[in-house]
Amino acid sequence: MNSEHAVIVGASHAAGQLGASLRQGGWEGRISIVGEEAIAPYQRPPLSKAYLAGEKHSDELLIRPATFYEKSGIDLVLGSRVTGLDCRAKTVTLHDGAIIPYSKLALTTGARVRTLSLPGHDLDGVFYLRDLADVDSIRGFVGPGKSAVIIGGGYIGLETAASMRKLGMEVTVLEALPRVLQRVTAPEVSAFYSRVHGEEGVRIITDAAVDSLEGSGSIESVKLADGTSLKADIVVIGVGVMPATELAEAAGLAVDNGIVVDEFARTSDPDIVAAGDCTNHYNPIYDRRLRLESVQNATDQAKTAASTLCGKLEAYHALPWFWSDQYDLKLQIAGLSQGFDRVVLRGRSDSGRSFAAFYFSGDRLLAVDAINKPKEFMMVRRALTTGMTADPGKLADEAVDIQQAFA
Amino acid sequence: MPSVTFISHDGREQEVHVPVGTTVMHAAIDNGVSGILADCGGACSCATCHCFVDETWTARVGGADEVEAQMLDFVIDPQPNSRLSCQITITDELDGLVVRLPASQF
Repeated sequence: MNSEHAVIVGASHAAGQLGASLRQGGWEGRISIVGEEAIAPYQRPPLSKAYLAGEKHSDELLIRPATFYEKSGIDLVLGSRVTGLDCRAKTVTLHDGAIIPYSKLALTTGARVRTLSLPGHDLDGVFYLRDLADVDSIRGFVGPGKSAVIIGGGYIGLETAASMRKLGMEVTVLEALPRVLQRVTAPEVSAFYSRVHGEEGVRIITDAAVDSLEGSGSIESVKLADGTSLKADIVVIGVGVMPATELAEAAGLAVDNGIVVDEFARTSDPDIVAAGDCTNHYNPIYDRRLRLESVQNATDQAKTAASTLCGKLEAYHALPWFWSDQYDLKLQIAGLSQGFDRVVLRGRSDSGRSFAAFYFSGDRLLAVDAINKPKEFMMVRRALTTGMTADPGKLADEAVDIQQAFA
Repeated sequence: MPSVTFISHDGREQEVHVPVGTTVMHAAIDNGVSGILADCGGACSCATCHCFVDETWTARVGGADEVEAQMLDFVIDPQPNSRLSCQITITDELDGLVVRLPASQF
């Protein structure tokens, strides 16, 4: 072991991967992962799904067991918040005043929930959903017959609604826009999710303006601007996240809707890399800068960052992909649909529970939302990675094998 | 604890011991076996934990369900004994299981 010290700030998905990849890549110095939560890096996606529904134990969420870090010589500094970063002295300061020197620093600080300052937001039983501790608290308020109001009809809100239905609760989802998932999917996909949630017993109210959260001490109801009052034993707010860039900003690193990094995950400081939800990076497939909120980006960009720290520059060029599990719906998304001007459907979205929506800009395929259509997801992931083109007519014809629709 | 032996594409063997109930994917990740990526953490959503079940074990391990089978059609070099390792749970009956790993997951 040499005297180099790689310090990874934020015990996130990206952090776990970065630490492991540093060792695999031949980093011989110390590695420390500093995290606020008292738990080693864990899988967040199950929080709103299997973990909320009580089907998974917290041990099962760990990306790697504690023994992995021990064996790999990675120090986990948990329950510690980094409060300062001095790029000149090359040190970070912890909440208790401890100062840790680094040779190389990796920022994997992730994202924080967007909050609402509604009257009554501080009542007991009102939650956001991001961390394990959030869901542990939420689990104290769930149970058969109880009423839940979910504010926000995005993926987190809809997954939470599905999990709470599984638990036998009465669930209402409030969406401020005219349709759920409006910012991320086509109208056909939004309509599909609204229909299935309705079939499963969830009430969805779109164009909903929340006036206040009411109750004495604990949440009792949600009042809408039109006067409607909805009974609530629990409220979960899922209205998006913002990149956690405070530390980078205070240290003078370039920040613009995320910590600005180049294709090698380098920040504006040569000794500092960043990876995951907190970054703003260039994507060559879509030829624009992106800030992504996904496991894929956390994992793949962390590998790039680790390579950079090990002295091997490998440009980040991964195709973004995502997934969301609700009820018996397995949604797999390959690519980014933003900027589409046409949607081609394969299968029916207005009945049943399996179809794929292909997003085009002109002749160019941008992305697919594949619902219980794993072949279509896998095919598009391959096609977008290798630059194949798609024939919309063949995509729309389920009698044509999906592979025949690409050239 | 049951053992699982991973054989890399270039013939390197690594035997690990894991509790009953662990998936083959976790057996690899938890023990630093390279060759399994498991990007989605076991949700059968990414197909980056592809493995080949040794022929002497395929009957006991069983086959893929429909979703898994459709994903397997698109991995690199799919074979009749291909499985996604996140969908194989270790039991006492699978003690000694041998799986081979592909050269690349995508």
